[in-house]
Amino acid sequence: MKRFFARNAPAYVFLLPWLIGFFLLALGPILASLYLSFTRYDMVSAPRWIGWGNYEYMFTRDRRFWKALEVTFTYVALAVPARLIMALGVAMLLDKGLRTIGLYRAIFYLPSLLGASIAIAILWRQLFAADGVVNQVLAMVGIQGASWITDPDTSLYTLVVLAMWQFGSPMLIFLAGLRGIPRDLYEAAEIDGTPGWRQFTRITLPLLAPVIFFNLVLQTIEAFKTFSSAFIISNGTGAPSDSLLFYTVYLFNEAFKFFRMGYASALAWFLLVIIAAFTAIAFFTSKYWVHYENERD
Amino acid sequence: MAGLMLRNVSKRYGALSIIQGLNLDIHDGEFLVLVGPSGCGKSTLLRMIAGLEDISEGTISIGGKIVNDLPASKRELSMVFQSYALYPHMSVRKNLAFGLQNFKVSRTEVVRRVAEAARILQIEQLMDRKPRQLSGGQKQRVAIGRAIVREPQLFLFDEPLSNLDAELRVQMRAELASLYARLGTTMIYVTHDQVEAMTMASRIVVLRGGKIEQLGTPQELYTRPQNLFVAGFIGSPKINMLQAKATRDTGRTVVSVAGMPDFAIAELPTDDQALTLCVRPSSLRVGNGDVTGEGTIRLVEYLGSETLLHITLSSGQVLLASDNGRTLYRMGDPVTIGFDLSDLHYFDSAGNRIEPIQNESQAQ
Repeated sequence: MKRFFARNAPAYVFLLPWLIGFFLLALGPILASLYLSFTRYDMVSAPRWIGWGNYEYMFTRDRRFWKALEVTFTYVALAVPARLIMALGVAMLLDKGLRTIGLYRAIFYLPSLLGASIAIAILWRQLFAADGVVNQVLAMVGIQGASWITDPDTSLYTLVVLAMWQFGSPMLIFLAGLRGIPRDLYEAAEIDGTPGWRQFTRITLPLLAPVIFFNLVLQTIEAFKTFSSAFIISNGTGAPSDSLLFYTVYLFNEAFKFFRMGYASALAWFLLVIIAAFTAIAFFTSKYWVHYENERD
Repeated sequence: MAGLMLRNVSKRYGALSIIQGLNLDIHDGEFLVLVGPSGCGKSTLLRMIAGLEDISEGTISIGGKIVNDLPASKRELSMVFQSYALYPHMSVRKNLAFGLQNFKVSRTEVVRRVAEAARILQIEQLMDRKPRQLSGGQKQRVAIGRAIVREPQLFLFDEPLSNLDAELRVQMRAELASLYARLGTTMIYVTHDQVEAMTMASRIVVLRGGKIEQLGTPQELYTRPQNLFVAGFIGSPKINMLQAKATRDTGRTVVSVAGMPDFAIAELPTDDQALTLCVRPSSLRVGNGDVTGEGTIRLVEYLGSETLLHITLSSGQVLLASDNGRTLYRMGDPVTIGFDLSDLHYFDSAGNRIEPIQNESQAQ
C-alpha cells in the first residue's frame, strides 16, 4: 500500500485540482440532484419524497417531454453527421491543399470558439430572420426566403446549419488523424491504380476510424447537451410551436422558470441515461468498424 | 519486361536542384542499383521513375514510351517501399489482392496470382494475418509479394531492407537475388548500403548531389573507381587515401608520400603536383611490397576470417590494413607495411582518376 502511493504520488498530485473540484463542487450537487429527482421541490419549501413520481409523470403524462425528446433526437441525428462530414471535408482540404498554412487552420477553427457564445447565437438569429442577411441574399437571385427562425418547419434546421458551421474542433482532430496516415500507403495505392474515392473508402476511412469514433462519441454527447444556441434563438421558450424545445431548454425552464427542481432533476438524470446508452452503443459496435493499429490480439 | 531511358532528367524544388541533367540507360532485364549517401537524390530519382514525383526537365521512357505525363498506375511498374506500406487494416491476402482489383483482373486470376506470389515468397501460412502480426522480414515479403502479383514490366525498390536487422538483411538480400534470377524482370533498387549494391547489382550507379559519379559493374567500380568519391564510397573497409607529391622526371614521375620512401612510376598524364593515392586495405601487406614503410600498430580488430590493423606511419598518417586472421598482432607493435605499385589508384587534385602508362620498379 505504501509502495503503491510512493509510486503513484506524482499522478495524484497532478490529479488533485480535478479531484478537489470534483468532490467539493460536483459530487455534492450530483448526488443531491439524484435525491431531488425523487422529490417534489420548488426551492422554497423543503423537498418532499414522491418516489418514482417524477419519472412516472415524465413517461406517461408529459407531452412536452416527448416533444423535447423528438426535437433533440432529430437535432442529434442531423447535426452530428452534418458537422462530422463538414469537419472531415475541411480537414481533408487542409491536409491536401494547404499543408503548411497554419493561419487557415486558425481561421477555420474560429467559428468553433465563437460558436458556443451567446453573441453568435444572436448573430444567427439576425442572419436567418425574415428580413435577415440570408433572405436578402436570396432575394438578389430572385428567391423568396422563408422566415427561417419563426417557421416551425425550418427553425430546427437553422440550428443544424449553425452546428455544421462549428466544425472546428472535430476538424482539428480529423486533421491530426489524417496526418497520422502514412503517405506511403497512398503512394502504394497510387501505383496500384487505386482511384481517389476508393483510396478514401478503403484507406482513409478505415484508418481514420478510431478518430471518427472519438469524434462521433464526443459530438453526440455535445449535441445532446446543446443549450445556449437553442435558448437564445428561441428566446428561451422553445418557440415557435416547441420546434426548438431542446431537452436542455425544457429542463432549464422546468428548473428555473417553473421552479420544479425535483422534476428537472429527474429530466437531467434521464438525459444522462440517454447519453450513456448512446455512448455504450457506440463502444459496443466499435469493435466491428474501428481498427486500432496497435491493438493486441 | 522493359528497358528504361532517362534523358537530361532534372528535378528542382524552387531554387534547390535535386537531380541535375541526368542521362541513364537501363537495359531490359537488368538489376540496376542506385547508391549514394543520404540526400544524393537516389530516392527522388526512383520516385520520378515511379511517377510519384514530377519531372522538372527531361524525359523518362519505359519500354520506348515516354512516360513523363503518365500517372504512376499506367507505367506498368511495382514499387516496394522502405516502410513496406502495407495496409494495416487488411489481411495479407487482401493486401496482395488490393492492387489487382483496381485493374479489373478477374477473380480467378487474382486468386491464382496471389497464391503464386505466396508460394514463391513462402508466406502461404500468413495469408489471413494482419500486418501487425508479422515480423519485419515477413512484412517485407508481403510487400514484395504485392509487387509481384502485378506482374509488372519494372520493379522499383526503395531501400527495402534498411528496416531489417543485419541477419535478416543478408537473408533477404539472397532471396531478392534469387527472385531476380527467377523473374528476370528489370529491377531498379535504391540503397545507401554499398554491400547491398555490390552483391545484387548487374550495374551500379553511384550518385552524389544529383549527378552520376560513376556507372559500371560492381567489379569496375571496385577495381577502377573513376574518382575519389567512388573510391571512398565503394569497398568495405574503406580505401586508404594518402596525400602525395608528384615530381615529373624524364619519362617518369617520382611520387613522395610522407612516411614512405619515394618511388618512381611511369609518367602520369598530369601537371598536378598534389595527388591522392588510394590503396585498398586488402592490398596493404605486412612485411613486404614494392614500396614499404615503417609504422606502429594502433588498433587491432580481430574479425575471425581477417584482422583489421590500424597502423600509424611515422608521418602520423593512419592506414587500415586487412590481414588474414592467422597472425597475432598486439597494439604498439612496430610493423613494416607495404603495397605493390599495381594496386595503387591515382587521383589528381580535382579527385579524378589518372592512369600511369606502366609501373616501374621501386626507386630509393
